[in-house]
Amino acid sequence: MTVNGRTVDADVPDRTLLVHFLREVAGLTATNVGCDTTSCGACTVLLDGQSVKSCTVLAAQADGHQVTTVEGLANGDGEMHPVQRAFHLEHGLQCGFCTPGMVMATVSLLAENPRPTEEEVRTGLEGNLCRCTGYHNIVRAVLAAAEGGDI
Amino acid sequence: MIPAPFTYQRAGSVDEALSLAAEGGDDAKFLAGGHSLLPLMKLRLAVPEVLIDIGRLSELSYVREENGHIAVGALTTHHDVASSGLVGSELPLLAHAAGQVGDPQIRHRGTLGGSLVHSDPAGDLPAVILVLDATLVARGPAGRREIPAGEFFEGLFETALEPGELLTEIRIPRPAQAGWSFQKFTKRAIDWAIVGAAVQGDQVALVHMGSTPLRASAVEQALAGGAAPADAAAHAAEGTSPPEDINADREYREHLARVLVARGLAEARSRA
Amino acid sequence: MSILGTRVVRIEDPRLLTAGGTYVDDLRVPQLTGAARVTFVRSHHGHALITGVDASAALAAPGVVAVLTYRDIDDIPPPPPLPEGGPPPGSEAAPLPMGGVWQEPLLAVDRVRFVGEPVAMVLTDDSYQGEDAAELVSVDYEPLPAIVDLADALAGQTLLFPDAGSNVAVAHPAGDTAFEGCDVVVSRDIVNQRVAPVPMEGRAAAAMWTGGKLTVWVSTQNAQISRFIMAGAFGLDPDAIRVVAPDVGGGFGAKVGIDRDAILVAWAARHTGRALRWVETRSENLVGMTHGRDQQHHIKIGGTRDGRVLAYRLDVLQDTGAYPRMSGFLPTLTNLMAVGPYDIAHVEVGYRVVVTNKTPIAAYRGAGRPEATAAIERAMDLFAAEIGMDPAEVRRKNLVPADRFPYQTPCGAHYDSGDYIGALDKVLAGSGYSGLRAEQARRRERGDALQLGIGVASYVEITAADADNGETARVVVNGDGTATVYTGSSPHGQGHYTAWSMLVQSDLGIPMDKVTVLHGDTDEIPLATGTYASRSLQLGGMAVHKADLEVKEQARRLAADMMEASEADLELDIDRGLWHVRGDPEAGKTWAEVASHAGSDGLVAAVHFTEAQPTFPFGSHVAVAEVDTETGKVTLLRHVTVDDAGIVVNPVLTEGQRHGGIAQGAAQALLEEMVYDADANPLTGTLADYAAITATELPSFELLVSETPTPVNPLGVKGIGEAGTIGATPAVQNAVIDAVSHLGVRHIDMPTTPVRVWAAIREARNSQ
Repeated sequence: MTVNGRTVDADVPDRTLLVHFLREVAGLTATNVGCDTTSCGACTVLLDGQSVKSCTVLAAQADGHQVTTVEGLANGDGEMHPVQRAFHLEHGLQCGFCTPGMVMATVSLLAENPRPTEEEVRTGLEGNLCRCTGYHNIVRAVLAAAEGGDI
Repeated sequence: MIPAPFTYQRAGSVDEALSLAAEGGDDAKFLAGGHSLLPLMKLRLAVPEVLIDIGRLSELSYVREENGHIAVGALTTHHDVASSGLVGSELPLLAHAAGQVGDPQIRHRGTLGGSLVHSDPAGDLPAVILVLDATLVARGPAGRREIPAGEFFEGLFETALEPGELLTEIRIPRPAQAGWSFQKFTKRAIDWAIVGAAVQGDQVALVHMGSTPLRASAVEQALAGGAAPADAAAHAAEGTSPPEDINADREYREHLARVLVARGLAEARSRA
Repeated sequence: MSILGTRVVRIEDPRLLTAGGTYVDDLRVPQLTGAARVTFVRSHHGHALITGVDASAALAAPGVVAVLTYRDIDDIPPPPPLPEGGPPPGSEAAPLPMGGVWQEPLLAVDRVRFVGEPVAMVLTDDSYQGEDAAELVSVDYEPLPAIVDLADALAGQTLLFPDAGSNVAVAHPAGDTAFEGCDVVVSRDIVNQRVAPVPMEGRAAAAMWTGGKLTVWVSTQNAQISRFIMAGAFGLDPDAIRVVAPDVGGGFGAKVGIDRDAILVAWAARHTGRALRWVETRSENLVGMTHGRDQQHHIKIGGTRDGRVLAYRLDVLQDTGAYPRMSGFLPTLTNLMAVGPYDIAHVEVGYRVVVTNKTPIAAYRGAGRPEATAAIERAMDLFAAEIGMDPAEVRRKNLVPADRFPYQTPCGAHYDSGDYIGALDKVLAGSGYSGLRAEQARRRERGDALQLGIGVASYVEITAADADNGETARVVVNGDGTATVYTGSSPHGQGHYTAWSMLVQSDLGIPMDKVTVLHGDTDEIPLATGTYASRSLQLGGMAVHKADLEVKEQARRLAADMMEASEADLELDIDRGLWHVRGDPEAGKTWAEVASHAGSDGLVAAVHFTEAQPTFPFGSHVAVAEVDTETGKVTLLRHVTVDDAGIVVNPVLTEGQRHGGIAQGAAQALLEEMVYDADANPLTGTLADYAAITATELPSFELLVSETPTPVNPLGVKGIGEAGTIGATPAVQNAVIDAVSHLGVRHIDMPTTPVRVWAAIREARNSQ
């Protein structure tokens, strides 16, 4: 599969979850595992541009497809993606554990709905749990990123 | 957290899927979006030895109009069903309900067919399919057959599909009456319905009031007999056997069914 | 102009956002190359004897390195006996955990006392194999009657610890209260339910033993305390142990120190000689990590018909789960803060701690104080309802006035500073209270299905309760003009790097981007307490500040020497980071020059800062809830707060703490509960069932500003981390009940789930 634009090829056991393929084989550890019931969204990545919970996708299902993780968002010069920048400016993260998944869910949300209302943001992030921020600044970050218009 | 070991096979066509299934027998399961099956396998509540990945059968992902009905391929994701212009205009109940399944990530992977075959009594879409009088098209070793929705959901996580049969299409007639409503009652937005009511015209189906989705027949009969919606809704719990869990006892579910059906009928009429 | 008090975004963020944090499972240090994975075999019985463990099938499974049980733990000393004549168990000075007849083993020996208790450890090459192999370990159990209900625990027919003779671990009964003279007395039994902390990163630890030294990486709030705990447990010199806290994905009090599972990982690394890593799953976390709250309260409040409260009594029954790890610590804090921000003449408090076959209880955001506040705030509303007075008005009549500080309470707390009535007035104005009451009245008049509830809560809380433990800081100004801060604090989301860098910039004029902050490595910082109890800014930050000032004085002496001037004539230009003679601003010495002049170590100051006493932030919350009276569903529409924690160093960070606190507080009121069945099986053992709150259930919060300094430390700061939680829970609970009070509802226990609200409405209607 292609991960953040680079080909990653490996032989792995059939039951390998995409999130473990990304973490252990591709060496991209930003994406985290937060639960075991597809509930928390910490593992969210983009699969062909759409947000998915990578703990509930087999690596084999992603074979031949394009995966984007948070490590692949910044541009070549290391400049943060508008969503990352918005999370930073709005203090949309504290411990950082939910953040990669939250950011990827946001990128997908804004791709499908570039000018969401606050309610649409909150509903759009219903699959992503955060324990630190109370969501308040995450919502502000998403709205700021949408406002910025350069997603 | 991790499924028990299994063998992964990939089907390149419906025929190949069927023959792999025939080979695998009871030990094999189809893998579509995986968002009903993989969660069970991760908790080791399901331990199939063979997974046949049908996720690449793009020929089973479609929404089209055919002979006066809407045909939805079994592998169409909830996201695609919810955002389909055709479904939105012809079957807004289905579009709306598909847009409420789980969360956005789940909707990007989960499929209509997968949800229906999984047949979780707390699932939204089985009740919607039931109330819309859909026909489910399956292909198997014995060939092709059509199963009315009313005969499809047989019990808790059980459908009328035979071993080795693959659901390929859901065929939904244009509703006779336009008004619709989907009343999904949850504790949190992301939760499964504690109780739900799917209304299309004078037809009502209930979510999580038994081991399968149920048509609220007593309500429908009352409406057919000329009862006002609020009075008909009082019959919503008749013929149901709601489960008890940490969210609700039997009495509360029966009460919710009455309230949700009343609200659903009122909303459907306002849209008619 | 000082940077303190200004909005500064976090230094921590770019790394976390672009590369992700490095939590225990992300560590790729050379010492952990080839580390084996640990998977625990855990009890699925709530109470049972273990009659056999058969690891033979597991040992034959692929990738299995070892299967360990208690029998393998033969290389560490037994737990020490309780000291003779020591402080009584459960008293504030008593050691935690209780030990003695209540001793908790590392791996279960002959019995298990809660679902999730570790029985064996499977070591495998990778985590997938670990799960497979753990399933193959066969444990024979002989179930015992499970104690779930507190009445059963008290009845004592089944004892969790037969040698203890009782299930009551600690008791500190209340005396008699004087309710004579009260025209009105209301009493009630209420529940502060068991919740799960659910940090997004669960528990995790990795360990390696080599050359007589143990290195342990652990997701902890206290690396140094963890080191001493393990030194004691293993009979090792602390110098033989290095503990490192990498990035930690949330703690909320449940990662204080180090628990038995992580200690076992460290032990097993030494025992087998193999580097090990353990990362628990969420299902393990929900039963294996300590839970919070779980107190039953008998509250009794009495006063005059015109709203003056004269007497209050709180009896606490603390369910501590299967092992009394916290002794009497939590209900002691509950009792200490029981009277809240009110001036009440007669207060009696007491508690008992009982064991049950559930996950052990420990600190969770607020640790005993949310319980106190929830109790008295319910009592205030019950009293208000009884006398037919507005709940805000009752509070105003009883809050300690601003001119009474410092204020000694009948519970033994010494409140440093406060403006409780000011906070109440501010939140009422900010929420548009009278307009809300008018809207509520309109809806009641119309008999709307959707009714409005307005919940008020006033609170005071204790931060840095262990002020005398203090905190350490070592500040170094290097020869290149950069600064390094070694802090004893242990951030896990709080933003200490940013805040401490701000302090350095403000104190010394060294820009933030030239400051490095290090924490959580006992090799670098051997002595420290860490982060809990909302102590870090007032102790850890103050330590940095004090060390800065010492460095500054050293620099002044050196610069004077370098410029051949007297110290009294020297000035530090904070804006430019330049030492110069007064009146001659252009000719100066930079920090780099002064630090180089000091020698190869630069300028160094090490401080251990303590406060004379804890500090007491306070506030008032107003929650606005909408209740669908036909279904019982609750929607939180608005949440307005005043949370006054003294001087604010960085409003961005303070607001973030308030937001997170409010969310967890509201979550307890609305949704979250750890539920057990009669056999002590958890029914909410996954995140599909445990109703952790999401963005959809919460509104954006309205935070009002209030800064009442404390005289307890020179910066005038108190702690903010837990305050939001403490104020939010009762405000939301009160709002829900308020929404249906006109129907005759006086109380609804938390969480106010739809079925409970509906049942309360029905019961009230039936009894009318």
